[in-house]
Amino acid sequence: MLNRRVALAATLGLSLSASLATIALAQAPSGKVTVVTSFSKDVTDPFKKAFEKAVPGVTLEVQNRNTNAGVKYVEETKSNNQVDLFWASAPDAFEVLKGKKLLTAYKPKATGIPEKIGSYPINDPQGFYFGFAASGYGIMWNDRYAKANKLPEPKDWQDLAKPVFYDHVSIASPARSGTTHLTVETILQGEGWEKGWRILKEMAGNFRSITDRSFGVPEAVNSGQVGVGIVIDFFAFSAQASGFPVKFVYPTVTTVVPANVGIIANPPNKAAAEAFIEFLLSPTGQEVLLDPGIRRLPVNPEVYAKAGADYPNPFTDPRFQKMIGFDVDKSEARTAVVDTLFDQLISFQLDALKGVTKTLHEVDAALAKKPNPQAKALADEARNLIAALPVNQVQAGSPELRGAFTGAKEKGARQAEIESQWASFARDNYAKAKAKAEEALKAAK
Amino acid sequence: MTAVPTLTPPRARRFAATPGQIALALAIAAFLLMFLVLPVATVIYVAFTDKGTSTFTLVNFYDFFRTELFMRSLWNSFYVSAMSVVWASVFALPLAYLTTRFVFRGAALVQTLGFLPLIMPPFVGAVAMQLFFGRNGSVNLLLDDWFGFKIDFMEGLNGVIFVQSIHYFPFILINLSAALRNVDRAMEEAAQNLGSSGFRLFRRIVFPLAMPGYLAGASLVFVKVFDDLATPLLLNVKDMLAPQAYLRVTSIGIADPMGYVISVVLIVASVAAMWLSARALKGRDYATTQRGGGGLAKRVMTPWEAVLGYGTVILILALVLAPHLGLLLLSFATIWSFAPLPDAYTLAHYGRVFGESSVYIKNTLIYASLAGGIDIVLGVAIAYLVLRTKLIGREWLDWMASAALAIPGVVLGIGYLRTFYGVTLPDGTPLASLWITIVLALAIRRLPYALRACYAALQQISVSLEEAAENLGATKSRTVRRVVVPLMAGGILAGFVTSFSTAAVELSATLMLVQSNSDAPLAYGLYVFMQSAAGRGPGAALGVVAVILVAACTFLSHLIIERSQKAKGLGH
Repeated sequence: MLNRRVALAATLGLSLSASLATIALAQAPSGKVTVVTSFSKDVTDPFKKAFEKAVPGVTLEVQNRNTNAGVKYVEETKSNNQVDLFWASAPDAFEVLKGKKLLTAYKPKATGIPEKIGSYPINDPQGFYFGFAASGYGIMWNDRYAKANKLPEPKDWQDLAKPVFYDHVSIASPARSGTTHLTVETILQGEGWEKGWRILKEMAGNFRSITDRSFGVPEAVNSGQVGVGIVIDFFAFSAQASGFPVKFVYPTVTTVVPANVGIIANPPNKAAAEAFIEFLLSPTGQEVLLDPGIRRLPVNPEVYAKAGADYPNPFTDPRFQKMIGFDVDKSEARTAVVDTLFDQLISFQLDALKGVTKTLHEVDAALAKKPNPQAKALADEARNLIAALPVNQVQAGSPELRGAFTGAKEKGARQAEIESQWASFARDNYAKAKAKAEEALKAAK
Repeated sequence: MTAVPTLTPPRARRFAATPGQIALALAIAAFLLMFLVLPVATVIYVAFTDKGTSTFTLVNFYDFFRTELFMRSLWNSFYVSAMSVVWASVFALPLAYLTTRFVFRGAALVQTLGFLPLIMPPFVGAVAMQLFFGRNGSVNLLLDDWFGFKIDFMEGLNGVIFVQSIHYFPFILINLSAALRNVDRAMEEAAQNLGSSGFRLFRRIVFPLAMPGYLAGASLVFVKVFDDLATPLLLNVKDMLAPQAYLRVTSIGIADPMGYVISVVLIVASVAAMWLSARALKGRDYATTQRGGGGLAKRVMTPWEAVLGYGTVILILALVLAPHLGLLLLSFATIWSFAPLPDAYTLAHYGRVFGESSVYIKNTLIYASLAGGIDIVLGVAIAYLVLRTKLIGREWLDWMASAALAIPGVVLGIGYLRTFYGVTLPDGTPLASLWITIVLALAIRRLPYALRACYAALQQISVSLEEAAENLGATKSRTVRRVVVPLMAGGILAGFVTSFSTAAVELSATLMLVQSNSDAPLAYGLYVFMQSAAGRGPGAALGVVAVILVAACTFLSHLIIERSQKAKGLGH
């Protein structure tokens, strides 16, 4: 019944947009407002309906593109821009747009929205984009899969490095998914550069797959192809709302990060674009987030009064208060380096990494039965080899390295050169680690 | 001529083309330059520039060949493509042979069903395939339950080979079937009179004569697998070339030329493969003159042969259609998670897509038929120019068009935006925002399919028929219209069907170019659904609609082929 109504609304909206497209007044919001978004129909349809009801005379034209394609699209069409708004999760996409001067600054009039959620600023300090919903990162798992494979319930990132989770965990590549990038960065900031990478690589030894799009992970967990996934919370909540047998937990080291909206530079319908932002930030707009198909965390604390008791509230829930401080500038300076490190040390060397990890798990099992200091020492050596990094924290944030990835104008190392160095570093270390681990296994048996 | 045998012929040949043919060649070249070479060049020129400056350099290629990951990817891509051709042939040969060589009830149905795997809607097809063959798919859950083991159908490179050969074997099936139908019965009868029969007859006479069709299909499979990024990414195999290019081109904020370098390597490799397959046929004549009998003699199977034949066909069809069955189940499923079958069934998903799908269906039909139409016109023209004229550089038309196969859709999409968005109509709308741009992008992307089919068809027609027509006073254009095109009909239809149906489910370029929901094709609608848990069912429903739509069109065209064969006076 509800579905049919949504479909009807969408059809009505379409015919309206056709008739209203011709009317374009300068000031009062009216006519067609075009938004490029990475959000699915389940998110955009309820918003479109509520927005068109709240601001009569304006129709919302939704262009669905994945975040990457959306950024490229806005960039390529800037000479004759037809898009009013960009609406997506990943803050880094907005940073790129801002850096290329493709966004318009605006000052929202909406009240009741705090400066920060957790420790993350809700709006861009320069006023180019605005958080309208928050999301936290965590671990999602398929209950049926977990029962069949006798997996315990994971509580923290470190749990995923345990032998029992070998070959059961999935993640999206941080280079491809802005949200996963933030998860990785959160772990690195929360645990420190060295220890953070150690944990990441130990977890990665248990990875089943590294997908190339964010939704690939929840999709695989929903259908039971993979047991456990590292995902953004609403993927799990909306899957639960659709009836999938999945569960979700926020680990101790995590953060909540806003999903954003911003006005494109030189928008064809500025008034309506501003109206859409005001609507998103208004209580009515914020309440749409509670829709079971959307399930994102509103940025207006008052709206939680209308949510159910079990709805996570980052403004009151002690779990979120503990969450670590997230340094946006630090993250920003090393985005490309972190992503490339992840790809070169983990994604493209996954088979080697998994091979060593498997042997190390076997060593651990043997040691649990019969302690052996020599084998333990060898295994630790192997673990250190795996955890070793080709760059330290300072280098990672250095402008030289950054320049190699972002197409700096000055001469310097080419990305391909650096990648190649890192890849051989990882390959050599994993091979050495594998030899040590084999030795340890022999000693332990 | 015979007096000066060695030196003059090339010179004499140069002027063997009529002005009309030259004009046609120039027009096609202009079209390809405008809508393929130019847009792509605006994007991939970065591969040849130095970092920081814009000076020309080849250092990026040096980097490419020095990087272990890329070398490994290159080798993996070759291996997977070659093995996929082998397996695709294993699936395609029996289906093609049995349905064309024997009196086979439901041949059109088999041909249609055997064609379906090519129409795998994006995203949702992948989900369905995982639900069936994945590590915890129906097959493996049941195997594990009953026998305590699992088969890794979809793991690593072998998984890619498995999925690719299922997905693309119809290229061989459709081209080979068209070629088998074109083999002159007189050849077969002559061989039989000389005492050849059974498998030997097939191996020595029938199959070699159908070689152009087989090679057209096999080279398409090879190049398509080489350039395909969707399947490896779905199986999370990243060390192949096409996914590497895609991952780099579409990462935000990274200004690395490597993605484009890989694209150039892909294009070169694809054109080389096409060139090789053309070389393989060079110097041999596959044309047969007498077409009065029209196609192979159809034999009646003995009961045992029938059991074997139908058994093989059913087995192959069951395997290659399992993903579609999975898709169908998914579209009716409430929740399907870690179980051999869905928990319960519902019609709600179809209800949800019912209202909006009509606009998608309409757009898909318009776009795909226009694209298919453009493709066969270009395909026939290029094939004719390459095979029947001596124009200088005519092969370049073929290679240019074939290169389209290697260009990632997203690169073409970006190229179109870059080239045509600045161009505006009088009222200020950008040229690139018109839906015709989508049609052109689809036509360019699917042109190689139609081209190969037309090319193979023309290779099987003897030039003496045209000469006869011209001797009787027909002009060149009249000969083409009244003799060549009718004789090529089977191949042209095969080309249209392949282009049409694959264009109907194309997404990567479309996603870049779609401007509004009212201009969107089915694949885009599917994409919009498939990004959320609740959208899986409706997405599958839309996928089923797409498959049925394309299947209906395909079935129709097979009926037409059969009718026309009968009309030609096929006795049996």
